[in-house]
Amino acid sequence: MAEMLARTGDDSPPMERTAFVHKSSEPPPIEKIGALRWMRQNLFSSPFNSALSLVTLGLVVYWGAGFIKWGILDAVWYTPDHEVCRAAAGACWAVIAEKHRPMLFGVYPYAEHWRLIIALVVYLSTVTATLTPYCWKRSILIPLWTVSLAVTGVMLWGGVFGLTYVDSAQWGGLPLTMVLFTGTVVIGFPIAILLALGRRSQLPAVKAVSVTLIESMRGVPLITILFVAVNVFPLFLPEGLEIDKMLRVVVGMAIFFACYQAEVIRGGLQAIPRGQYEAAEALGLGYWRMMVKIILPQALRICLPGIVNHIIAALKNTSFVLIIGLFDILTATTAVMQDPLWRRFFVEAYLFVAAVYFIFCFALSKYSQRVEQWLNEGRRF
Amino acid sequence: MAASEASRKSDTSIFNSLAFRGVVYQVLLGAGVVLLGWYLYYNTNANLERQGIATGFDFLGERAGFSIGESLIPFDSANSYGRALVVGIFNTLYVAAFGIVLATILGVFVGIARVSTNWLISKLASGYVEVCRNVPVVLHVIFWASVIRMLPPPREALAPFAGVFITNRGVIYPIPVESPVYPWVGAALVAGIVLATLFARWASRRREQTGQHVPSFLPGLGIILGLPLLAWLAGGAPIDWSVPALRGFNFQGGASLTPEFVGLLVGITVYTGAFIAEIVRAGIQSVPHGQIEAARAVGLRPGLVMRLVILPQALRVIVPPTTSQYLSLTKNSSLGVLIGYPDLVNIGNTTLNQTGQALEAIAIMMTVYLIISLTISLFMNVYNRLVAIRER
Amino acid sequence: MSVQAVAETPESAEPVIRLVDVNKWYGEFQALKDINLTIARGERVVVCGPSGSGKSTMIRCINRLEQHQRGSIVVDGIELTDNLKNIEAIRSEVGMVFQSFNLFPHLRVIDNLTLAPMWVRKMPKKDAEEAAMEYLRRVRIPEQAYKFPGQLSGGQQQRVAIARALCMQPKIMLFDEPTSALDPEMIKEVLDVMIELAESGMTMIVVTHEMGFAKTVADTMVFMDAGEIVEIAPPKVFFETPKSDRTKLFLSQILTH
Repeated sequence: MAEMLARTGDDSPPMERTAFVHKSSEPPPIEKIGALRWMRQNLFSSPFNSALSLVTLGLVVYWGAGFIKWGILDAVWYTPDHEVCRAAAGACWAVIAEKHRPMLFGVYPYAEHWRLIIALVVYLSTVTATLTPYCWKRSILIPLWTVSLAVTGVMLWGGVFGLTYVDSAQWGGLPLTMVLFTGTVVIGFPIAILLALGRRSQLPAVKAVSVTLIESMRGVPLITILFVAVNVFPLFLPEGLEIDKMLRVVVGMAIFFACYQAEVIRGGLQAIPRGQYEAAEALGLGYWRMMVKIILPQALRICLPGIVNHIIAALKNTSFVLIIGLFDILTATTAVMQDPLWRRFFVEAYLFVAAVYFIFCFALSKYSQRVEQWLNEGRRF
Repeated sequence: MAASEASRKSDTSIFNSLAFRGVVYQVLLGAGVVLLGWYLYYNTNANLERQGIATGFDFLGERAGFSIGESLIPFDSANSYGRALVVGIFNTLYVAAFGIVLATILGVFVGIARVSTNWLISKLASGYVEVCRNVPVVLHVIFWASVIRMLPPPREALAPFAGVFITNRGVIYPIPVESPVYPWVGAALVAGIVLATLFARWASRRREQTGQHVPSFLPGLGIILGLPLLAWLAGGAPIDWSVPALRGFNFQGGASLTPEFVGLLVGITVYTGAFIAEIVRAGIQSVPHGQIEAARAVGLRPGLVMRLVILPQALRVIVPPTTSQYLSLTKNSSLGVLIGYPDLVNIGNTTLNQTGQALEAIAIMMTVYLIISLTISLFMNVYNRLVAIRER
Repeated sequence: MSVQAVAETPESAEPVIRLVDVNKWYGEFQALKDINLTIARGERVVVCGPSGSGKSTMIRCINRLEQHQRGSIVVDGIELTDNLKNIEAIRSEVGMVFQSFNLFPHLRVIDNLTLAPMWVRKMPKKDAEEAAMEYLRRVRIPEQAYKFPGQLSGGQQQRVAIARALCMQPKIMLFDEPTSALDPEMIKEVLDVMIELAESGMTMIVVTHEMGFAKTVADTMVFMDAGEIVEIAPPKVFFETPKSDRTKLFLSQILTH
C-alpha cells in the first residue's frame, strides 16, 4: 500500500489522498409529482388516451349516476308490502329482507335456522383457520376438522341433544352449497392425488386407467356427470340398495373435480427435479413413503395457486345442482322468485346471490394471489 | 469384516422383484376393473328388466313426438329421436361458434385494456374481469335469460336502431330480401378476401426484395369491402329489406333470434370473455421487458414492436389456455337445458324423459362432447408443435 | 457492403456525447446526481462502480430507455428530449448490448439481425442478409445464422446481440454489463469481439467489472458511486494513482482476485 502511495505514473506532483464527499440527495423536482402529473401520465398521456379517458369518464358518470339513483337513492330498503316496491322507481332491496330466509336456507324448518347459522359460523372459521399457514400442522388440523365436522353434523342433522331431526333432503341454501363444496373438495382431493400419481406411473395399465378417466371427465360437461349421478347410477346398484341423492351428486362432482385437479398436481410433480426422486430412492424409501414425505409436499406447494383456482371453480360448480333439483343457494333463489308477487324483482335477488358468490370466490382468489406471493418470496411453510 | 453369509445372501425371491410386483398390481387392477364392470353390467341389466325399460338404440328411429323451438334443419314432431338429437348437436355448435367468436373479441379488447397505461380503462377492465369470473356461469345464464323474459312485449318493444327490436319474444332485425344478386355478392366477398391475401403477399415480397414498404392492410380492407359493394351496385343495387313491422301482437318480417338463444349467448360470452381477458393479459405481460427494450433500442417504432416482437411471443402463451376456454364455453352451452334453448343436452334430456332410456341418451351426449373436445385438443397439440420455440 | 468507417483519432475536438448536470429520480429516490460527462468520437469509456451506483441508469438514459428529469443529454448534436423524432434519430445512431442478451427467441439468428435494417432502414432482404452475414463473420459465428437463439450458448448469444446492434451501423455502442450473465469460459470470446470492435475505432461506453478488458482497451475510466461520478481518469492514472479514497477502496475490493 505504501508503494502505491509513493509511485506516480506521470509527471504530476504527488497527490494527497482526498476523501470523497458525497453530495446529498435532492428531492425530485416538485412539478413532477402530485395529482396533476398522475393525471397527465395515467389519463391524458396522448391525444388518443385523452379522448378515451373523457369518453369513458362520461359514460361512467352517466351510468354510475343512473345506477346510484336506481340502486340507492330511489331504492326501497325494507317493506313487507310488495305494492310499495312496485310503485317505487328504484331497486327493491326489500325483496331480500323479505325472502332472505328461504334464499339462504332453503326449505329447512324455520324454527331451526339458528342451528344453520351456528353451523355456518363454525364451518367458515374452520376453513379460514385451515388457510392460514400457522395452522398447517397435523396436530392442529386434524382435531380442528374432526370437531368442526362433528359440530356441523350435529347442527345440520339434529336428532341428538334434544334437537329435532332434519333429514338431508330438507337441507338447502347456503349450508347445502357449503356441504356440496366441502364434500367435493374433501373427497375429490385424495382421488386427484391418486390420479396424478397414476398418470405418471411407469405401469402401463395404471397409466391407461388414469388417462382414460381424466380425459373422459374433462371432455364432458358437468351436467352430464350430474345426470349420470341422478339417473344412471341407481341402475348400477343391486336391488334394494339406495344411496342418498345428495351423496351421489357429491361423489359425481368430486370425481369431476378430481380429474381437473389431477392435471394441476401433475404439473407440480413434473416440476420437481429428477434429483429429488433419485435422492429419495437412494435413501431406500419405498414408493409411497417417497411420495408422501418428499415429493407431494413439494409438488403441492408449487402448484398451490392452480389448486386454489380449481377449488374456487368447485365452489362455483355447486350451482349446477339447479339442473337436478337440489336446493343450493341459487336453486333456492330461483324457486323463491317464482312467487308471483315478488317475481319482477328478480334482478335484486340475483344480484344478492351473485354478491354472496362473489365475496367467497373473490376472497379465495385474493388468497391464491397471496399464496403466490409467499411462494415467490421463498417463504418456508 | 467377515461377512455372515447367511444374513447377507441376496434375496432372489420373486415376490420382492419390482417387475413382478408391477405386474401383480396391474393384473389386480385389471381384474378389479373387469369385476367392477361385470358387477355394474349385471345390476344394470337386472334393474332395467325389473323396471321394464328398453335397451338398445332402436329408439333413435322412433317418432319423437315433440317439436323443437329453433333448429337449423327442418324438424317436426313426426321426425325421429335421432334427427332430434342431430338438431341438438347443430344448435350446440351454432351457439358455441357465436360464443367463441364474441368471447374472443370481448376478451382481447378487455385484456388489452387491462394492460393499458390509461388508469381508468385499466381499472374498469379489471372490475369487469373480477366480477364476471367470480360469479358462476349458471347464474350468468339465468340472469340474462330472466332479463330477456322481462323485456317489454312486442307492442312496447325497445328499438335501439332503426328496424331492430328487442322484445321478450327475442331480438328481431331486418334482413335483405332474397335476390339473385346476393350469391354474386357472396362470391365477390370470397374473391375479395383471396385478392386481398394475394396483395398482402405481393406487398411483403416486394418489401423483401426492394425494401420499399407498400401499405397492405388498408388497401386489403378496401378490396374486401369494395368488391362486394361493386357487385351489389352492378346487380342493380337492390335495397329491398324485410323490415319487421308490428302486426297485431307480434312482428312480421325480418329475422329473429329467440330469447333463449340470446340469453344463453350473452351469459356464456360474458363469462368466458372475462377468462380470455385474463389469459390475454398474462400473455402480453409474459413477454420479458428486455425484449421490448431491445426492440426499442434497435429503433423499431411501438407499432412494429407490438407486431414483430410482442405479439408472436405473446400468442404462444395465449393460444393453449384460450382453446381450453373455447372447450369450456362449448360445454357450458349445455346450460341451454336450464332456459329452454334446444341444445344437445336439452333434447337429450327430453328424449331421456320420454323413452326412459337414460343410459343410451346420456351415453350419446357424452360421446358427442368427447368427440368435440378431443378434436379441439388435437388441433391445439398440432398448433403447439408448429410454433414451439426451439431450444437446445 | 463495407462494415465500418475508418475511425477518427480519439480525443478529437468534437464531443459525440455530452451529459450536462443530468439528474434522475425514481419516485423519491435520486438515482443520478449532477452527472457531467463528455465523450469524444472514437473514445472508449469504461464505467465501473459498485451495484446500485447508477452506471446502468446513466447509459440507459443515453438512448432514452430511461428518462432523465433534469439536465441535458446531447448525442451527436441532437438533444434528447420527449420529441419522438429526436429519440428515433438518436436510437438509430446508438447501439446497445444488454446483460441478458434480449435476443428475439421466435426468430432465427439471421432474422434477429435483419429485422431492424429491413423495417427501420427499409433495406431489401437480400442486402440486409448479406450485411448480417458479414457481421456474423466478424463476431466469428457465421455458421449459426439459421439457428434459433435458444440453441446457442450464452457466449454465442451475446456475440449475436453485438452483431445485431452493429447491423444498424451505429456511431456509438453502449454495453450494459455484457459479460455479467456469462459462464467464465465464455467471457473471453465476447471480450475478444469487443476488443476488436474498439480497435476498429468505434465509440464505446462499456459498463463492466472486467478490469483486464478496461486496461487493454479503455481511453477513459469513469468510476461512479451512489449516483455520482467520483473520478474520471485515463486507466494508467486510474489504476495506479487514483485520486479519491472511494476509488481506492473500490479498486482494492475488485482487484484482489
